[in-house]
Amino acid sequence: MLLIPCPYCGERPELEFAYAGEAGIVRPVDPALLDDESWGAFLYQRGNPRGLHGERWRHVNGCGRFFNTWRNTVSDAFHGAWKAGETPPEPVP
Amino acid sequence: MQRFSGFALARQALSGHTAWGRQWRSPEPQAQYDAIIVGGGGHGLATAFHLARDHGLRRVAVLEKAWVGGGNTGRNTTIIRSNYLFDASARLYDHAVKLWEQLSQTLNYNVMFSQRGVMMLAHTVHDEQVFKRHVHANRLAGVDNEWLTPEQAKAFCPPLNIGPGMRYPVLGAALQRRAGVARHDAVAWGYARAADALGVDIIENCAVTGIVRNAQGAVQAVETTKGRIGTAKLGVVAAGNTSVLMGMAGLRMPLESYPLQALVSEPVKPVFPCVVMSNTIHAYISQSDKGELVIGAGTDAYISYSQRGALHVSTHTLEAICELFPQFRRLRMLRNWGGIVDVTPDRSPIIAKTPVPGLYVNCGWGTGGFKATPGSGHLFAYTVAHDAPHAINAPFTMERFRDGTMIDEAAAAAVAH
Repeated sequence: MLLIPCPYCGERPELEFAYAGEAGIVRPVDPALLDDESWGAFLYQRGNPRGLHGERWRHVNGCGRFFNTWRNTVSDAFHGAWKAGETPPEPVP
Repeated sequence: MQRFSGFALARQALSGHTAWGRQWRSPEPQAQYDAIIVGGGGHGLATAFHLARDHGLRRVAVLEKAWVGGGNTGRNTTIIRSNYLFDASARLYDHAVKLWEQLSQTLNYNVMFSQRGVMMLAHTVHDEQVFKRHVHANRLAGVDNEWLTPEQAKAFCPPLNIGPGMRYPVLGAALQRRAGVARHDAVAWGYARAADALGVDIIENCAVTGIVRNAQGAVQAVETTKGRIGTAKLGVVAAGNTSVLMGMAGLRMPLESYPLQALVSEPVKPVFPCVVMSNTIHAYISQSDKGELVIGAGTDAYISYSQRGALHVSTHTLEAICELFPQFRRLRMLRNWGGIVDVTPDRSPIIAKTPVPGLYVNCGWGTGGFKATPGSGHLFAYTVAHDAPHAINAPFTMERFRDGTMIDEAAAAAVAH
């Protein structure tokens, strides 16, 4: 089980959280202007990296807030966290 | 190829079984191939086998970064069934079941395919309605599936607890009698041996590090840890690592990779006659011929390539198993592990051409790829050889995520995701 660094509450067990997918995917302001290719890419294509991954979590059984983390998808170790709306920090080694 | 038969067994017995040869070669890569398959699991080896046998490609290589059958082929719970809801899926998976029925003869290798029946339990009114819909849809599509009352389910699987005291009592079950299990390692080894006999080079410990394309953008070669290998046709069958490989050709995929766990108990005498699955309380169980109870748990919530999962995920499944089969409560678990499964947004696979000429992909099997192994290999080989899909896999394109023509088994599949 992961120990997830919530920027509001500190490290808490994974059971308190809901995973919310890749971070930084911005919804297009006016989807009607997009062609099918771009809209499909926004909805479905993901980086799915083997290595460092920026991802969203929600501390659903805690403070209830969304935030983002860097996690290595091979080691599952966390390398930093930031609040929703903040600029992503450099990953902590 | 040294054919296996009763006669061969008797003859080898005379020398104390010390004269059996290697089942496949371990060649160094040639400079150029007609087709290269990346990924030496069941699907990749089956693809190479069909390319060589059905389509006359004589220079085919399978590149495997570790050893054959060491990924999800060796990590799954070996359940084979075809009772999917949508016509396109039922056709795809039933095509595979029909090939499974002949596979030991086709490969001259005992894959221990056992049609012992897969029974899926309903615990809620919703389950019951959904499963009955499945039963009807399957029968219209020519796939066997039948509805059982709780008493009939218990008669089919005597260890099952159908008592009213359960938190989620069994309200009935859907049974596919043609469904069953096979020996996963034998599937990889059987395909490897049969493909090798047709001249396919199976190159283990050879990771692909780059995809080389010509001025027109078409595939020209792959860079590997054993050097550059030329090919005009490249088939990627890399399960959880598909996104990484396709990234080498500049493609972003509609895939995410999750750890899926399984575990086995200590071996016991035959106690469990079939396969039982429950979506609602999330458990899959069967008994291997070694006697271990083979138990499938869920995926972790987050993407990962770690090939292990969290303990609370397998604990959740074991709680369900203990509720369904109280006599297993004192069994000890021997091993648990994870495999990295590549999941598409609609939970159906992609077996298709890609926007890059000469590059083909067979991925997105998610939590249930083993059952499709022979069909997947057969259809993907057809797609690679003809540069066009077979009628059965024609709906399973990448472009369906652009065009909105999903095969939306996400909610409708017989499994929970």
